[in-house]
Amino acid sequence: MESARFDFVIGIGGAAGQGIATPGNILARTFVRRGLHLCAYNAHQSIIRGGHILLALRVAEHEIHSHGDNLDLLLCLNQDTMNRHLRHMRPGTWVLFNSDDIVPGDAAEGVHMCPMPVKALTNDSRNKVIQNTVALGAIVSILGLDFATLEAALQRELGRKGKEVVEENVQAARGGFDHAQAHFPSLDRPVPTGAKPLAVWSGNEALAMGGAAAGVRFYCAYPMSPSTGILHWMAANARDLGIMVRQAEDELAVANMTIGAAHAGCRAMCATSGGGFALMTEAIGMAGMMEVPVVFINVQRAGPSTGVPTKTEQGDLWQALGASQGDYERFIVAPKNALDAFNTIPELFNLVDKCQCPGILLSDLLISEGTFSVDPDAINMFPPIDRGELITQPRSADGANGADTNGYLRYQDTETGISPRALPGLEGYVYVAATDEHDEDGVLISDEFTNPHKRRKMVEKRARKLQHVAKEVPPPALEGPADAEVTLVGWGSTYGVIKEAIDQLKERGVTANHLPIKWIIPFHSEEVSAILNKAKRVIVVENNYSGQFARYLRSETGFAAHGHIRKYDGEPFMPHHIVEGVLAQLAGETTRFVPEHEFIV
Amino acid sequence: MAVPTKSEAGRREGTVIQLTAKDFKGKVNPDWCPGCGDFGVLNSVQRAVAELGLRPHEILTVSGIGCSSNFPGFFNAYGMHTLHGRALAVATGAKLANHELTVIVTGGDGDGYGIGGNHFMHAARRNIDLTYIVMNNQIYGLTTGQLSPTSREGMKTKSSPFGSVELPINPLLISIMAGATFVARGFSGDGKHLVELIKQAIQHRGFAHIDVFSPCVTFNHDNTYPFFRERVKRLEDEGHDPSDWKAACEKAMVWGDTIYTGLFFRSEGRATLEEKEPVLAQGGPLAYRPLGLSQEQAQKLLQRMM
Ligand SMILES: Cc1ncc(C[n+]2csc(CCOP(=O)(O)OP(=O)(O)O)c2C)c(N)n1
Ligand code: SF4
Repeated sequence: MESARFDFVIGIGGAAGQGIATPGNILARTFVRRGLHLCAYNAHQSIIRGGHILLALRVAEHEIHSHGDNLDLLLCLNQDTMNRHLRHMRPGTWVLFNSDDIVPGDAAEGVHMCPMPVKALTNDSRNKVIQNTVALGAIVSILGLDFATLEAALQRELGRKGKEVVEENVQAARGGFDHAQAHFPSLDRPVPTGAKPLAVWSGNEALAMGGAAAGVRFYCAYPMSPSTGILHWMAANARDLGIMVRQAEDELAVANMTIGAAHAGCRAMCATSGGGFALMTEAIGMAGMMEVPVVFINVQRAGPSTGVPTKTEQGDLWQALGASQGDYERFIVAPKNALDAFNTIPELFNLVDKCQCPGILLSDLLISEGTFSVDPDAINMFPPIDRGELITQPRSADGANGADTNGYLRYQDTETGISPRALPGLEGYVYVAATDEHDEDGVLISDEFTNPHKRRKMVEKRARKLQHVAKEVPPPALEGPADAEVTLVGWGSTYGVIKEAIDQLKERGVTANHLPIKWIIPFHSEEVSAILNKAKRVIVVENNYSGQFARYLRSETGFAAHGHIRKYDGEPFMPHHIVEGVLAQLAGETTRFVPEHEFIV
Repeated sequence: MAVPTKSEAGRREGTVIQLTAKDFKGKVNPDWCPGCGDFGVLNSVQRAVAELGLRPHEILTVSGIGCSSNFPGFFNAYGMHTLHGRALAVATGAKLANHELTVIVTGGDGDGYGIGGNHFMHAARRNIDLTYIVMNNQIYGLTTGQLSPTSREGMKTKSSPFGSVELPINPLLISIMAGATFVARGFSGDGKHLVELIKQAIQHRGFAHIDVFSPCVTFNHDNTYPFFRERVKRLEDEGHDPSDWKAACEKAMVWGDTIYTGLFFRSEGRATLEEKEPVLAQGGPLAYRPLGLSQEQAQKLLQRMM
């Protein structure tokens, strides 16, 4: 914490099963209630018990967009954490550890080593996670917060476990608090209080809530990290919100059920990660052909194949672009952070309803499993809902047999390409929706009725409707000074970290601006070309090996970036990685910079 | 978006028109080979729904891909002609979105028991209120005559020129074991019987599976009309009690000079998936409910994040 403003990163390290989540949640809630901003990232391994976890919890009085570059306080819940991360601690930082079990390593000069004799502080408690609570007390003391705040937080977090549990934990926390007061140096200035209490959510919760706000009535999934949080939120809230939530037998079922529900009239959504998305792709093409509005979320993790289940990557862009065979209409969007993820869902539903086609949202583990503060007033729980040209009222069938459809053409070749959609069950509009190529009336033209003219007409009809609706998607805009030395282009979740890197570059005397890309399809190639052709030096930043976005950019605009910053080690960028990459490129050292990730988890 | 539900406005006030099978003729004539068993199934479904007094807009037929899966195109009702093997999954979504629809799923043995086998088992176990009619011709028709999961051991096809070395599956046993609450077998050469089975299946609350012998006259020279005519016996003529699970399994295993058709198993006690879903009990079809959150719901969600 070097800047003038309060900006502090707490690292909690330990093994899975050691109860890192609880102190993490208590601290997070305590800070946001105080009105502080929060960005937390849990670097973990795919293991239920054991392994290593490092939760980095950054809090600040100003808005923050990444989990930062360093740790200011490290809580070691096991020896492994001490061994791995002590070397990352700079002068003026704190290292807390249970001195009954953990042997301190050699710290840099000026690091405050803070041993906690947990047994003595807790009357020899046998509770395995009691050291976490002792540490909470100590952390609160070091930060100069009052004990009552922590006591209230423990009440809230543990209250449902019963009075005894709360009592035991309050006492342990008190032990840690008092011990720290007596033995550890505390922060040299008080932790500020923000303008108003904030809320916390993860990206997955934001996506799920965005669905609820958009009017999702059908949600279906098959568990796959890191998308599972969406399923959990939906399942927990299903009854209250009137959402049908189904865990299906596989992602094939998920995609097809979701399309079935969407076709019958629900706003329907599903989520998965790359491997599950691979199974869904055939169905996504069907939604394109049948013109069903439906939303698919792919929370990317490191691939290929089952890859690294608990690590992040932006490696599925080409998978989304190549999802399903043939040419078909779809939206592809990559929101930049949790709040944007929330806002994008209703926006995407409106677009797919208007265009009657599937929409694919690319999130990643960084956004989806990260924890973030959010101003509750910034969350629009009542976004506009536009279902497009939807026929919902029955009409009298004109034939005596009730069979006639008054000439209703489900796939009518209109000027905009959009054909009014009737929901199954309505009288007077009976039709068949087919995944084989079909004519305006739904009758297959895949076999004996095939002719080049009809096929061409239908291809063009569908293409036109996307072109028509695409106008509503805003083109990307440059953030920062127009004449900057460097233009950083990122897509999706790199938004926040690039933003912070630009601030750091400024301190180093380098002016940079930022072209964040959110919409992949439709892509505003003209606007993007115009911006990039004026830029002095364009560097594309992305969390994958092959430069998937840089390639896409080139294919859409002909523009070849001057340089690249890439990361593909499973961990997200930290701001300084990008700063180093830009400086190295300005110095002419490389045009493809791959930062070393120093925190090994 | 206030939309009337079927029960409110779907029917025309005061007009009760008895439809006939003909009224369920689709926009195009079937393109099946002359003599294909699927004609018999199509006719039987048309007769069954007419006799049950259903109207085209109240029905949704869902199929996968195959000769038999072309069914919705030949049938006058709402239809979805989806992907190979996925009909049951799509139908499940559609039925949950609008549980007032009568949803009939049709397809072939390859579609349902091969590529769609997993969905078949799970649809049965969910006991969702669908009627699933499989036109079982023991072969892949549309792809011009390869092995199907129901082809007999030793059967020579284009993909098994030296005879199949795999055991055929028993679809009736699979659905009985998986939890289907109505399991029957029909023969497309016995239309009258089939109509009755289909009517009962549609009226049954829960997952109703009818496997129908529907000969492929072009590619299957083993399981022909004469083959079945010589062998099929109606369970009804044998005094079989469909509530007897064990007897149902035994009858389903009979395959030789005698092959049974009819209702093997029916269990009436189990609630359907729709009945077990509290969300559906809250009102009419999900598809027609107003969208967006109430103030109260929104407040509660925000509160939990603080
Ligand atoms: C994913 C996929 N794989 C393969 C096919 C090709 N295919 C179309 S129909 C069919 C088999 C049809 O057999 P069956 O379901 O028994 O129906 P039938 O034609 O005999 O009525 C196959 C393999 C396809 N459409 N999709
Ligand atoms: S190929 Fe066989 S199943 Fe297909 S239409 Fe012809 S007879 Fe029927």
